[in-house]
Amino acid sequence: MASLWQYANPQKFVQTTGAVLPALAVLTALALIAGLVWGFFFTPDDFRQGSTVKIIYLHVPAALMAINAWLMMLVASLIWLVRRHHVSALAARAAAPVGLTMTVIALLTGAIWGQPMWGTWWAWDPRLTSFLILGLFYLGYIALWAAIEDPDAAADLTAVLCMVGSVFAVLSRYAVNFWNQGLHQGASLSMDAEENVADVFYFPLLVCIAGFVLLFVTLVLLRTRTEIRARRIKALLARERMA
Amino acid sequence: MIPDLGKYAGAVMGAYAVSIVLLVLLVAVSMWRGARVRRQLDEIEARRARNG
Repeated sequence: MASLWQYANPQKFVQTTGAVLPALAVLTALALIAGLVWGFFFTPDDFRQGSTVKIIYLHVPAALMAINAWLMMLVASLIWLVRRHHVSALAARAAAPVGLTMTVIALLTGAIWGQPMWGTWWAWDPRLTSFLILGLFYLGYIALWAAIEDPDAAADLTAVLCMVGSVFAVLSRYAVNFWNQGLHQGASLSMDAEENVADVFYFPLLVCIAGFVLLFVTLVLLRTRTEIRARRIKALLARERMA
Repeated sequence: MIPDLGKYAGAVMGAYAVSIVLLVLLVAVSMWRGARVRRQLDEIEARRARNG
């Protein structure tokens, strides 16, 4: 594990990510374009949902990343609380706007998909409601970081908020199983062949999910580098004022 | 080139348009802020190097 902790050094983190980011960006673009083009142009309509099934290639990966981004923030926040590595706190901060965007995409595409299929844009269904609350937690998390001047205090308080919000990240995923009610169906991706989507939709969906995961990783690395530099600017300006 | 989306064309195209706009905005803002902060840091470090 010693090799992992060396990236807690901001300089080492910036140096290493600088080397891998171009390749990651190319991979991300390839996976996203391949998955979306495959899904949009080369998959058939569903016998029940018609062409709206094509929305699955955006809705499911975005929802998946919205939940997993929060869980990544939780892990990074716990590392900050336990080991006080600044890079992990900054990585959590960097991930929040990405997670929020994924949440907004999942909610909007879900509403657009729900209108023709369910006859309504929105329902106070357990999964939809917990997802909306997760989105509000993202907003609160971003606002809290911006509102507190002292970066260590901000990292501490946002880490606590992140732990509380994790309840809704988990609920967003499992609400359908916990409460057997509401409009939203169960998992689209499942080990259960009966429940899983048909292969013709499944494989392009996997490529899209890979694209969204890569996009998340790329953006978080890029944004963490920015946060590290912004922190350094703050420190240098404070030193200049003291001199 | 665009597949026949039938009566759901508006919904499908709308979902793709909204998502792509949001993703492009997210990438653009992340890159723009990254470049701006990097430029700022370079300027400050150059000034510090000049002033000793």
